[in-house]
Amino acid sequence: MRSRRVAASLAVGVSVALFASACGGGGGDSAGGAGGDGAAATISVYSTEPENPLVPSNTNEVGGGKVIDSLFSNLVSYETEDAAPYNEVAESIETTDSQNYTITLKDWTFHDGTPVTSSSFVDAWNFAAYGPNAQQNSSFFSQIQGFADVNPTDPDGESGPAEAPAPAAETMSGLQIVDDKTFTVALTAPFSVFPTVLGYSAFAPLPASFFTDQAGFEAAPIGNGPFRYVDRQPGANITLETWADWPGERKPSIGGVEYRSYASPEAAYADLVSGNLDYMEQLPPSSLVGRLFEQDLAGRNSNTTYLGINTIAFPVYDPKYADPRVRQALSVAIDRRAVSDQVYDGLRDPAAGVVPPGLDGFVEGQCGDLCTYNPDKAKQLLAEAGFTGPIELTSNVDGAGNQEVFQAFCISITNATGIPCNFVPVPTFAEFRTTINAREATTPFRTGWSADYPSIENFLNPLYRSGASSNDGEYTNPQVDALLAQGDSAPSTEESFGFYQEAERLILQDMPTIPTFYSTTQAGWSPRMSTATTNQFRELDLLTATVSE
Amino acid sequence: MGRYVLRRLLQLVPVFIGTTFLIYALVWAIPGDPFAAKCGDRPCPPAYVAEMREKFHLDDNIFSQYFQYLGNLLTGDFGETFSGLQVSELIADAYPTTIRLALLALLIEAVIGLAAGVFTGLRGGGFLDNLVLVSTLFLIAVPVFVTGFVVQTFLGLRWGIISPTVSIDPTWGELIAPAFVLGSLSMAYVTRLMRTSIAENQRADYVRTAVAKGLTPRRVVGVHLLRNSAIPVITFLGTDLGALMGGAIVTEGIFNIRGIGGLVFRAIVTKEGITVTGVVVLLVIVYLLMNLLVDVLYAVLDPRIRLD
Repeated sequence: MRSRRVAASLAVGVSVALFASACGGGGGDSAGGAGGDGAAATISVYSTEPENPLVPSNTNEVGGGKVIDSLFSNLVSYETEDAAPYNEVAESIETTDSQNYTITLKDWTFHDGTPVTSSSFVDAWNFAAYGPNAQQNSSFFSQIQGFADVNPTDPDGESGPAEAPAPAAETMSGLQIVDDKTFTVALTAPFSVFPTVLGYSAFAPLPASFFTDQAGFEAAPIGNGPFRYVDRQPGANITLETWADWPGERKPSIGGVEYRSYASPEAAYADLVSGNLDYMEQLPPSSLVGRLFEQDLAGRNSNTTYLGINTIAFPVYDPKYADPRVRQALSVAIDRRAVSDQVYDGLRDPAAGVVPPGLDGFVEGQCGDLCTYNPDKAKQLLAEAGFTGPIELTSNVDGAGNQEVFQAFCISITNATGIPCNFVPVPTFAEFRTTINAREATTPFRTGWSADYPSIENFLNPLYRSGASSNDGEYTNPQVDALLAQGDSAPSTEESFGFYQEAERLILQDMPTIPTFYSTTQAGWSPRMSTATTNQFRELDLLTATVSE
Repeated sequence: MGRYVLRRLLQLVPVFIGTTFLIYALVWAIPGDPFAAKCGDRPCPPAYVAEMREKFHLDDNIFSQYFQYLGNLLTGDFGETFSGLQVSELIADAYPTTIRLALLALLIEAVIGLAAGVFTGLRGGGFLDNLVLVSTLFLIAVPVFVTGFVVQTFLGLRWGIISPTVSIDPTWGELIAPAFVLGSLSMAYVTRLMRTSIAENQRADYVRTAVAKGLTPRRVVGVHLLRNSAIPVITFLGTDLGALMGGAIVTEGIFNIRGIGGLVFRAIVTKEGITVTGVVVLLVIVYLLMNLLVDVLYAVLDPRIRLD
């Protein structure tokens, strides 16, 4: 009898313990998107968990980027519709030679009341560039004089045994503070697009408190943007409220924004349809089949282009794909329109260049015949190059829809050329990028590019210049390099276009990447939102968003 | 009894170390560098990668990494994620929701499963028996993600009876539909197990004796038959609670429940071995304790079973 009683009480004890722990915990408030009072309503926006601490120079993925963009205002901002740059925190940005810039500031303050001064920018940029701080966006500062001193390169490459030397300096010599509201920037070479670049979030100012208490800042970021940090529940949401004292021109009319993390886009879509979620900038592929979203979200969806492009890159360093004729042949072997109709229900536009439309200086049809479906030409080019198959295309398949579209490309190539094409899936993006970064790719692979800042330069320099940071295929052409350099040193943005356009034409002749589609995005919003505009960076424009309650 | 429990608790230590090491090694073995994918289509700056590898000891060999981790764990430090969040905080946020979901699923499968099993076991071969047979076979045949999407789409999206996803801090009511989805498969098994067990024991000597003694049918079934037939089912239900907590990845994904499943899934994708191991540590503990509880319950149900 005794043992039974002990056992019973033990059983009850364990159950109670489990039950109690279930009912305990679980803190956090449920500041939801539903409800709200009139103009002060907080809207909920689909997001993903930030991958890094919320510091502008260390955030370059979408989930954290959304929050950073709302928390900080930069020297320059971009218009919603055409992404044209205009001065925000900057009073003026002046240069005579595209190399030395003088920047003056308006009277702004951070959310904590401290003024935004020249040192807010200079210190933040020096922090971002300084090698030991290990910031993800440090390369954006590489054009400033003295960058090499604070962020020295590894003498024998990343894989070599020697470590990068210690930085010779802590600050970049190219940044000089003139007074509280004025500072100068000297670049190592002329760069005409520099004022446009200044709108990128890596160039955000930081308050003095960041440098004394970085952990405290990461826990509760202080910015100078239209929205102020309220709180965060990891894995669930980040809540911001409208900052009434924001001096920007266009004031937000919403009360705040809740960036809500979702386990999957499908779950978010279900919430969006039933009105539990207010905005989603990219609907999941399952809702695009048969254009289901147009029924589910009748009158509250949009299909717009943004500054992005999808491409297939070649490992130009692999002898098999070293001949440009092979690369051109595959480009004309892909029936872009048919693939778009089949996989995307016609929602993507076939690309005819490596620069997306919507940018100042964009030229239609730069690719000419090389992006037009032509099976005869494909066969002829392959025969000339002496290419004998088989062809393999590869992509990670953890991204939405990658598998479907690449299988369709392969079918198109096989049909056009008669050479068997196989799609080789790679399970994860990490595995996929490991091979590419190590320059071990042996097959054409999926690539894509979204604008960091609205300039055709951003779609050329980082991708096609010899040795550029994202030149994954190691493409190199001295003529292209020369034209890009000329574009960079042009006295003004307008005068640089000619050089960049010429470079784009040359690149397309060499076809180191096949342009496939200009990026479009299908956004959806809840019935209570009366205006929801998706900007050129595929984000909800919070400043023009309105709620009808 | 007490010695038995103590011995079992001591056995937990090697099992615990073994499982966590296995998990750590498996996460370590996932191909692909975690920092290859962190900066999108552009490679991360070398200084950033070097700093992160240093900070998370990724260049050490796996044994050294594991023992550093275990050492920290013993002092109550679960480590932090690549984004600088405390793993212990993430677990503390996620665990209560998952436990509630699992308990609710267990409750649903136990109540419905046991009831259906008992009724069909007592009166085998009738219409009800066939109906339950077909519906349980159906539930076993359909994968959880299908059940989940069907429930979400129809009950949530089309008919608006439930919210298609649960809120950040879900109430018990919100968790009923996901718990039903999560427990549906086991519910079918419980029914089949219970039915077989009841049908078999109905012909046992002690039941005949009880009937012969002139006991009421209620007492025969309720005390004599049920208690003996429940043993295999209790084993199943006990281990199932552990499985429900670990296996909730799909259900939590569909209904966007901020629980352990989603946490561990995200951590596996981003190769955050520290988070994965932290969660698994707790899952292992729950699993082992549930097994212990089940074994102890045997003695309660059947006094002939001696544990010492």
